[in-house]
Amino acid sequence: MKEFKGNILFLDRSDINTDEVIPAKYLTEIEKTALKPHLFEDIKLDGFNPEMDIKGKAIIVTRENFGCGSSREHAPWALEVNGIHVVIARSFARIFRQNMFNGGMLAIELSEEQINTLFKEFGNSDTQISVDMEALEIMIQSKDQTQKIDFQISEFDKALINTGGWVEYADKHY
Amino acid sequence: MGKTIAEKIFKAHLVDEPFGDVSVLKLDRVFCHEITTPMAIQDLMARGKDRVFDPDKIKAVIDHVSPAKDSKTALQGKILREWARRHNIKDFFDIGHNGVCHALFPEKGFVRPGFVIIMGDSHTCTHGAFGAFAAGVGTTDLEVGILKGVCAFKTPQTYKIEIIGELADGVYAKDIILKVIKDISVNGATNMVIEFTGNIVDEMDMDQRMTLSNMAVEAGATSGVCLPDMTTVEYLWEFIKNQYKTRQDALEAFSKFKSDDDADYAKLKTIDVSDLEPLTTFGYKPDNVKPVSQMKGTKIDQVYIGSCTNGRLEDLRIAAKVLAGHTISPHVRGIVSPATPKIFSQALEQGIIKTFMDSGFCVTNPTCGACLGMSNGVLAEGEVAASTTNRNFIGRMGKGGMVHLMSPATAAASAIKGEISNSNLFCEQGK
Repeated sequence: MKEFKGNILFLDRSDINTDEVIPAKYLTEIEKTALKPHLFEDIKLDGFNPEMDIKGKAIIVTRENFGCGSSREHAPWALEVNGIHVVIARSFARIFRQNMFNGGMLAIELSEEQINTLFKEFGNSDTQISVDMEALEIMIQSKDQTQKIDFQISEFDKALINTGGWVEYADKHY
Repeated sequence: MGKTIAEKIFKAHLVDEPFGDVSVLKLDRVFCHEITTPMAIQDLMARGKDRVFDPDKIKAVIDHVSPAKDSKTALQGKILREWARRHNIKDFFDIGHNGVCHALFPEKGFVRPGFVIIMGDSHTCTHGAFGAFAAGVGTTDLEVGILKGVCAFKTPQTYKIEIIGELADGVYAKDIILKVIKDISVNGATNMVIEFTGNIVDEMDMDQRMTLSNMAVEAGATSGVCLPDMTTVEYLWEFIKNQYKTRQDALEAFSKFKSDDDADYAKLKTIDVSDLEPLTTFGYKPDNVKPVSQMKGTKIDQVYIGSCTNGRLEDLRIAAKVLAGHTISPHVRGIVSPATPKIFSQALEQGIIKTFMDSGFCVTNPTCGACLGMSNGVLAEGEVAASTTNRNFIGRMGKGGMVHLMSPATAAASAIKGEISNSNLFCEQGK
């Protein structure tokens, strides 16, 4: 199982599409590691600097419909090779969400209120999150405070995480 | 309680329901192209599982960057080509025979009502126009599809969108789907199948239905389905005439997948398109939609007519009708890319290509190229395109470029004027 803890990258926008996660011109690569320097290269987000802001981050917190658009699995791969294995959002596009779990990565949906709280109370400070997959609980920790939030994922999603992804799961069962 | 077409297709293909809310389905088709398949092939090889579940159910094409533009795209083509040969995948379409996947595969008769189809391409929803459940997936789903012939989906909910009324001149399927996306937003149908019904859909030919279904994913939908009818049967007849005695027999066989009258829908919406004007996008989301009349004066640098949304014969014919007798603005680069060799050839025979060339358009071979900013018409920083494609995301056709999505008629009119324009200015449109 992948590691689900670390520093947060806050992306304060809805509808961030997979072209913004990794532009199509890099889809000619056939090694995942080649995607590493191009993550969020074209993202439309005021004040965001990919070269400065991605380093050392392991978890994304964002808003609605994250990962919409192209089906490219290069999007979760570009996160993975940068050490980001978890995205916490209000909601996800279907294909992106499935791609995350298919690769043994974690996509967590929280309520609008919970997402707002994360941005408001932790958005401006150094914050770490750790995910407890047994208790289905997120622990958020900054210098000033600690919070715990429960989340839900389906039994199928859990099985994909536990087996390491859909190829391993399907190979065992079909 | 009756069932929707999606529920009926799921039931007919169910292999396993591992946790109740997930259906593992048997696949009738796995479509492949050279951008998302090579990584699946390489992973299978690395795992010592370089096998395919059924070479006859796998169809492959090199379409996104063709001819190859550099060593990297040449290698992607090579990996797909050698894999297709190695596994005896007979329906593999290479240069000279290749075209945009979602135009080529239907044209070859590979899609049938009631099929379950996946491809590593989000616009796979296009094939729902035939009454199939067709969904775009990532490379891992594709890889398992290639190896095992199955794919897992959440049990689908259906959003029924009824499109009724009478279309005004110069308004097309593209305007309708832009209206749908505007109304329900870019995630209005996430995790749902859109079922398109109503007299307007009934009256559409298959090219128009494919335009409609193609952009269902821009509203978040898993698939965009039109119910099979005699129009579907007529399109498919040359491929199925040995299987069915009459067209009526085929229709009856396909009709078993049609949604029941008392089916249960998660959402319902009726759109009367009688007053609909030609539409276009502004901004960087496909639901940023305005009437063309409100975008007057928007200067453009490039017009692109093509893609899996609007690169079919009917699209080229309509654009050529607008262009006939006109030359495009000297400030505009016009590019037309017929979506398949057959479409290209028919457009040549019918004089459509000559009209494009006489008006000042560049005609390219079939490829996806410019739509996603990979080749054949990439925008420079600050440039503006009027395009018949499906995505206006920031940087989509080239870093720092702006894309306005529109119908082929509006794109052709805009090419003449040098700014976003209504097609009725240049010709009397037939319906």
